[in-house]
Amino acid sequence: MAANTDSRTAELRRLIRKAKRWDALFGVLGILSLMVGVLTLAALFTGMAIDGVPRLTGDFFTSFPSRRAANAGILSAWVGSILVMLVTAFFAVPVGIYGGIYLEEYARKNWITTVIEINISNLAGVPSIVYGLLALGLFVYTFGLGQSILSAGLTLALLILPIVIVTTREALRAIPRHVREGAYACGASQWQVVHDHLIPYGMPGILTGVIIGMARAIGETAPIITIGALTFIAFLPPVPGMGEPAAGLFDWLFSPFTVMPIQIFNWTSRPDPAFHQNAAAASFVLVFMTLGMNALAIWLRFRMRKNISW
Amino acid sequence: MADPTLTGDARLAQLAQAKVRRKRREKVIEMVLLLAACVSVFTTVGIVYVLLRESLDFFSHVPLWDFLTDSQWTPLFSDAHFGITVLLSGTLTSSAVALCIAIPLGTIIAIYLSEFAGHKTRETLKPTLELLSGVPTIIYGYFALLFVTPLLQKIFPELPGFNVLSAGLVMGIMIIPYVSSLSEDAMRAVPMSLREGSYAMGATRFQTAVKVVVPAAVSGIASAYILGVSRAVGETMILAVAAGMQPNLTFNPMEPAATITSYIVQVALGDLPHGSVGYQTIFAAGLTLMVITLGFNLLGHWMRRRFREAY
Repeated sequence: MAANTDSRTAELRRLIRKAKRWDALFGVLGILSLMVGVLTLAALFTGMAIDGVPRLTGDFFTSFPSRRAANAGILSAWVGSILVMLVTAFFAVPVGIYGGIYLEEYARKNWITTVIEINISNLAGVPSIVYGLLALGLFVYTFGLGQSILSAGLTLALLILPIVIVTTREALRAIPRHVREGAYACGASQWQVVHDHLIPYGMPGILTGVIIGMARAIGETAPIITIGALTFIAFLPPVPGMGEPAAGLFDWLFSPFTVMPIQIFNWTSRPDPAFHQNAAAASFVLVFMTLGMNALAIWLRFRMRKNISW
Repeated sequence: MADPTLTGDARLAQLAQAKVRRKRREKVIEMVLLLAACVSVFTTVGIVYVLLRESLDFFSHVPLWDFLTDSQWTPLFSDAHFGITVLLSGTLTSSAVALCIAIPLGTIIAIYLSEFAGHKTRETLKPTLELLSGVPTIIYGYFALLFVTPLLQKIFPELPGFNVLSAGLVMGIMIIPYVSSLSEDAMRAVPMSLREGSYAMGATRFQTAVKVVVPAAVSGIASAYILGVSRAVGETMILAVAAGMQPNLTFNPMEPAATITSYIVQVALGDLPHGSVGYQTIFAAGLTLMVITLGFNLLGHWMRRRFREAY
């Protein structure tokens, strides 16, 4: 009997050891899997830095693209990117925030709301290149906006709209009910509640969404290629009031343009390795921009969590 | 505006008028907000309209049957063939390679972060991992073409400079955060009582994770996979840069191939006249892409609903 118990205990111990081994094994596997991601990121950044940083001189930022790799720069690309982002923000920020406010604060439970909600979650899954086709068919040809900064900005605005709407809703949802009830009790109308209380309190969250959306938009290549942005632009969009004859206030909106990702694409697809160095340098700048924006968003979220206690 | 000298009925009438004005203003504001919310619906309508309009034109030149069954894709040649299967094979192969990376790694990472890692590890590693999805895809394309391909060529010397394998691998790594974040959220939503019950029975963390938490979170994990699939199918720039853009009916990832998305890029880079059949092909290709991703999205919704466990 005793021998039987002993062997049974030994068997159980073996079983436990085996189970624990699996546990440890999986812990190691988890770390390894994470390392695949982290090391890829590290390889990407170091590779880019080694190839690109020597090219990051002042001239690189102030020269136009050129047929000779050593003279080529990203002036038209970064100016184009910033202008396109301005247009995108101009449309996506108000429309996205108002849309989010409507869905979170005003919408009644009816079929219109359901359609809008399903629609937004589906739009978030539409590949970005399809937005490019939409813009090509609608903005460029049907509305006659041409292959311009305006078309590109509108396209990217539509692309990031779901992101802005969803984060706006989340930010509003996090504001407790008693804030609204208190304001209503003082006789505020619904818009006064939204405008004077909910928007200010939700601002950090809303801004986070806007910044994440813009970071996404600045790196998007496919939709902008699809509307037919040029890859070789050796001039800047007209500055309002400058030039001969003087450019109108909104002429730059209709100017041909290029953006950072397209410039990188153009340089990457050339066989000459000297251009690949330019691509690395431009990628470095672009990553710096997008990750900088993402870091800002993370910091904002962190601050918001720390400072607000309801 | 409120004249203090008014008293009695006059004052009441004035207040009533102010109330009406305020109500009217509120109504107008609500309408404006509704309009903003509807922009997303207009976007969808616009997408469907544009894709259908150009595709219908295209299918009046090219029979649908040929589009689906032809085994050649040569829309710009004089002997034009429009077999979407050629592009589909590229899309399928590259997505398959990507998912072979993203799904196992993403799942393991999700389980690790949700069940094994301590609070500190999770809070530092998760944002780092999410940086992966913040890097613009064109930069991954550059990375695949100029870093991963030469690396792979050391292992497989006969690998061509443009190939689906390296593009797919990099795409897989890019998709990891999409899969792992959503899966992890699903696993963390599993109530603690289930885990505690399992631990109380003497299960290890691994046993609890695999036999209790994962089955309870399966609907969320499945929809994470589906999001990964639709990301892979719609990914453009990595493939356009690193996989070459020549149409190639093959399921071998060691060869170059064009996908639906990279074909659209290729045409957009050239100078096709608006309204030509060549121009319309990209809308037909886009429609195909849209149908595929929409199918996956609907499948994801359905799975979330069908297998949702309510606690």
